[in-house]
Amino acid sequence: MHNENQFQATDSPAELAPAEATAAKSLSEEAAASRRDPALAAVNISKSIGSRLILDNVSVSLARGELKVVIGPSGAGKSTFLQCINGLIPPDTGQVFLEGQSLNMRNKHELRLFRQQVGMIFQDFNLFDHLTALDNVAIALRKVRGMSRQDSEARAMSELERVGLANRARLYPAELSGGQTQRVAFARALAMDPKVLLLDEPTSALDPELVGEVLEVIRYLAKGGMTMLMATHQMDFARALAHEILFMEHGRVIESGSPAELLAAGSGTRTLDFCSRLDLEL
Amino acid sequence: MEIDFLLERILPALNRGVWVTIQLIIPSMLLGFAGGVVLGALRAFGPRWLRRIGDAYTTVIRGVPLIIQLFILYNALPKLGIYLDGFAAAVLGFIMCSAAYHSEYIRGALLSIRQGQLKAAQALGFDKTSMLVSIVIPQALRRALPGCGNEFIYLIKYSSLAYMTTCVDLTSEAMKLAAYTYRFTEIFLVCGVYYLILTSLAAWALNRLEKLAYIPGFGKAK
Ligand SMILES: Nc1ncnc2c1ncn2[C@@H]1O[C@H](COP(=O)(O)OP(=O)(O)OP(=O)(O)O)[C@@H](O)[C@H]1O
Ligand SMILES: [Mg+2]
Repeated sequence: MHNENQFQATDSPAELAPAEATAAKSLSEEAAASRRDPALAAVNISKSIGSRLILDNVSVSLARGELKVVIGPSGAGKSTFLQCINGLIPPDTGQVFLEGQSLNMRNKHELRLFRQQVGMIFQDFNLFDHLTALDNVAIALRKVRGMSRQDSEARAMSELERVGLANRARLYPAELSGGQTQRVAFARALAMDPKVLLLDEPTSALDPELVGEVLEVIRYLAKGGMTMLMATHQMDFARALAHEILFMEHGRVIESGSPAELLAAGSGTRTLDFCSRLDLEL
Repeated sequence: MEIDFLLERILPALNRGVWVTIQLIIPSMLLGFAGGVVLGALRAFGPRWLRRIGDAYTTVIRGVPLIIQLFILYNALPKLGIYLDGFAAAVLGFIMCSAAYHSEYIRGALLSIRQGQLKAAQALGFDKTSMLVSIVIPQALRRALPGCGNEFIYLIKYSSLAYMTTCVDLTSEAMKLAAYTYRFTEIFLVCGVYYLILTSLAAWALNRLEKLAYIPGFGKAK
């Protein structure tokens, strides 16, 4: 039913090869401990808006290099969950850990340091409209990381090259296609050297013919060992690359497991049912 | 009209007046705009009580004719022991009025910035101040520029109400000379041309500024 091969044919991305093998030797004990911890964990996140419970004790844990996919109907709480992890929406209860370190969201400084290490990709791209592609990538390096203009631009250029947009560096968001805009957003997030990426339906706002180029970037990151948590409706993609699928409905994770388990023909899971209806719509 | 009357009576009087008008306009523009930015920012993002006060201020200023406001500043404040000379009363009135109008444009521009961009900045680790300085303000100013530009041009024209406070500006000079010579038509025609030159200069400068600040996706200029 699904064609997995198209996702496996890509060459291995050299630039993103995890530095883990070489770094492993020089690990201090503390780092060794953090290595055993999940890269990112969110535990029992709950959130109410008004009197409505939007997230009900949702948890996820991502080992290094893992790609987990969150699926579920509109209004399930996927976006809210992702934004609770980096505090864009403050959760009512629950805890977030980055490499075993608990995050205190009330401490603004700590929260900003956390956000620098956890990149986010949005459904509607959210590039800064008044800045060129290059400056969109460079600005956080300057304003958040304190890099010089020259260094930040050099780094931004190499990130744009990585997503194949070096020749668009001087264009403004209004002059880019949706797919290009989203790829600049990836360059912007990756320039911060994030340990984890949160992706909220990164291809949902794209015309069908532009989805491929963005999935290509995600695939390339996955193969390079980037840790990612992604809300998506791209089931072929999830089936081929996800280590785990979380199926959310009404603010809860109601099923989770490997794509093979949840999507096996005849497994009778809610996930399978949801996906087959999704396929009919498409 | 005889050329002598133009050269010897009208032009010297109006030149004196236009100089006063320029002195009225420049501080009113600068401080009115600065006040409008602060007021607009407070009305957009301030705590609720400040927003209320800002909204009420703007409603009153926009709802009462400027001529009445100037009258109150010049004639009623002394009853409270506050004495302003005609020039100061006029400038103060213009600043208060401009600030209210600018604040409308600034507030609208600030609120029009897509929430998503603010989320993106926060997700990258921006603090509030650098987000405001690097993302919000550069976009808001571009969005507000056409409206604020219009307000600068209106200011040049409504500065003629300074005659209310016995400040002898361009219009007052024209009125004085006309009352003395009864040659209303020539005098006010020339006076109108002076204002037209001032507003055209301002429009030209604003146009240049808009072109300089142009970014694809903002404003209309191509
Ligand atoms: N600011 C808000 N105020 C009130 N309700 C909200 C707010 N934000 C989200 N919600 C509600 O929370 C629920 C979850 O929304 P969320 O955007 O997280 O869903 P989602 O799974 O991302 O859906 P979609 O697939 O449409 O993006 C929805 O029912 C939504 O109406
Ligand atoms: Mg969503």
